[in-house]
Amino acid sequence: MIDLPNDSAVAQVRTPPDAVFLGFARALRAGGLPVTADRERVFLEAVVTTGAEQRANVYWSGRATLTSSPADIERYDSVFTAWFSGEPLTAGGRPSDPLSVTRQAPLGDDAGDGGPSEDEIVRAASTSQEVLRHRDVGSLSSAERRELAQLFARLRPRPPLRRARRHNAARSGRIDGPATLRDQLRRMGEPGPIRHRRRATRPRRVVLLIDVSGSMSPYSDSLLRLAHTFVQSAASGTSTEVFTMGTRLTHVTRALRERDADRALVAAGQVVPDWSGGTRLGEAIAAFLDLWGRRGMARGAVVVVFSDGWEREGPEQLGEQMRRLSALSRRVVWANPHRGKVGYQPVQQGIVAALPHIDDFVAGHSFAAFEELIEVVARA
Amino acid sequence: MGNARGMDHAFSSADDVAAALGRTGYLADEALATITFLATRLGRPILLEGEPGTGKTALAEALAETLDLKLIRLQCYEGIDATQALYDWDFPRQILHLRTVEAIARDEHQDTKALEAELFDERFLLARPVLEAVRSAPCVLLIDEIDRADDEFEAFLLEVLSTWQVTIPELGTISAATPPIVVLTSNRTRELHDALKRRCLYHWIDHPGLARELEIVRTRLPEISATLAEQVVGAVQRMRASGELIKPPGVAETLDWARALDTLGASRLDPEVAAATLGAAVKYREDAERVRAMIDRMLTA
Repeated sequence: MIDLPNDSAVAQVRTPPDAVFLGFARALRAGGLPVTADRERVFLEAVVTTGAEQRANVYWSGRATLTSSPADIERYDSVFTAWFSGEPLTAGGRPSDPLSVTRQAPLGDDAGDGGPSEDEIVRAASTSQEVLRHRDVGSLSSAERRELAQLFARLRPRPPLRRARRHNAARSGRIDGPATLRDQLRRMGEPGPIRHRRRATRPRRVVLLIDVSGSMSPYSDSLLRLAHTFVQSAASGTSTEVFTMGTRLTHVTRALRERDADRALVAAGQVVPDWSGGTRLGEAIAAFLDLWGRRGMARGAVVVVFSDGWEREGPEQLGEQMRRLSALSRRVVWANPHRGKVGYQPVQQGIVAALPHIDDFVAGHSFAAFEELIEVVARA
Repeated sequence: MGNARGMDHAFSSADDVAAALGRTGYLADEALATITFLATRLGRPILLEGEPGTGKTALAEALAETLDLKLIRLQCYEGIDATQALYDWDFPRQILHLRTVEAIARDEHQDTKALEAELFDERFLLARPVLEAVRSAPCVLLIDEIDRADDEFEAFLLEVLSTWQVTIPELGTISAATPPIVVLTSNRTRELHDALKRRCLYHWIDHPGLARELEIVRTRLPEISATLAEQVVGAVQRMRASGELIKPPGVAETLDWARALDTLGASRLDPEVAAATLGAAVKYREDAERVRAMIDRMLTA
């Protein structure tokens, strides 16, 4: 729980109280919480009901009416502290604001290290898409990247399927006794055609864990675009969850729900605090399992880990966490950009520790490799 | 909306809620008491999320007991639909009724309209939890593990939760005079829809701290010795804090473990008896090994 700062009670503020509370709700919205007009109204109602004289009442009223997931609570706390103690809001109150993490995100212009020069880019723009499909996305220039981005819109990820508990009506298959009788009853007992049913199928959940650390930064843009197509695809959209892993784990599914790919990527960039930092793969996967996976998100799901396996900490933890992950999930796919390179040997400690617990070890460096990956996931 | 309806008289303040729940053996902290108070005053559902075993379901039970209301429980599962939540007609009994009528009045010319009306009578109606809640309000409606149900069911629930009306074509519209107190629980296996969350008061329940958990154990199991209670709670808190376990025990497991130890006649924790009863608190083999080492260290220290 948070310590409620015990200084100045809210009621002493000079501004009319409803303006103070409404302003607080607006500040939360600016801080990225999903505060809507109806929530504001319920919040004010709640404050009136519990009494605004006590700070704790205001705190809990707000938390109950204006937050809707554990992830919101941290932000709520910092905005609350800032707003009701009179400190300026920017003092850590809005995690998305001051550092402007976004700007580092899209990895746009890092063609620097020996990359193609200006006229090469012009020539590259005329590269046929066929060639582009097989190029390593890590070595693309920004113009090529833009062209490739359009290709992503054409991907149609299909979700893996599992048998559901329900049945669907079908032309043939097992006889559906209840439905046949119900039909007959509707016809006042006249016998009629026999109804059949089949097991329905439902999409299996797909969980994408994307490494956004420094060593993966040439690929993170494309990988997020790939994740975006997964989230946007009509068939698998509602059953896909995306996380980024770096020094910490971030849930970015909500950001990727934005239909436009570029805007979705910017939104994701604002949520992820640790672009191009270090990797603590083992810890990130542990966090995923503890906070989400074990509760059911990983159960029976197809989990895809995008990472090069560079692990800063010891490999034992990664191995242990991968074991837990594979025990929970239906299938674990590891996509490694280096896998597609000639002469690649899985020698990084992280990969060595993880390999025994991986069902499919695939490449993840080019558009063609992404297409293959989609195929692997759909068949899982 | 708001203060005019609902269960105004039930509680006068959040402290009142905490005290009343405390009398049933459910120890609510300030946050939960405030939110429960708000829910009864504003007539809004409470949405509780948290680790399994943190007392989400128990809150609904305690509320029903405190207010002396009926507790109606709707357990959600994948594929649940309106006929399992609202109502269904009892087909076999309707047919049986028809046959009976046929048998006793074969020759007489019956009024068909009256016969049909008989078929869709109250007595052939199978009231499922939501309809039952609407009809018997005021009551406490517990919608358990809503995250297991499908999206479509969530949308359906949203509609009922906002109008408190159920329309049965054959019988007419039934509406609740006072809306029931609704507690929804979720284990977060999937993200719930925003629209549903907006209607609810949200609360994330954490595992209780040392002092509160000790208080819970003492209230629930007054018969066990003070040393044992302290040791059990201390061990469980340590297990959670270590962060090494696959599934750290919840309060329910703490109580089970303490009860198991007490049944074996232990008045304090020692390595043998702890190892024998560990299955009550820890449910994974890997965890059990770690916890055994942890308890040895704790007892020798």
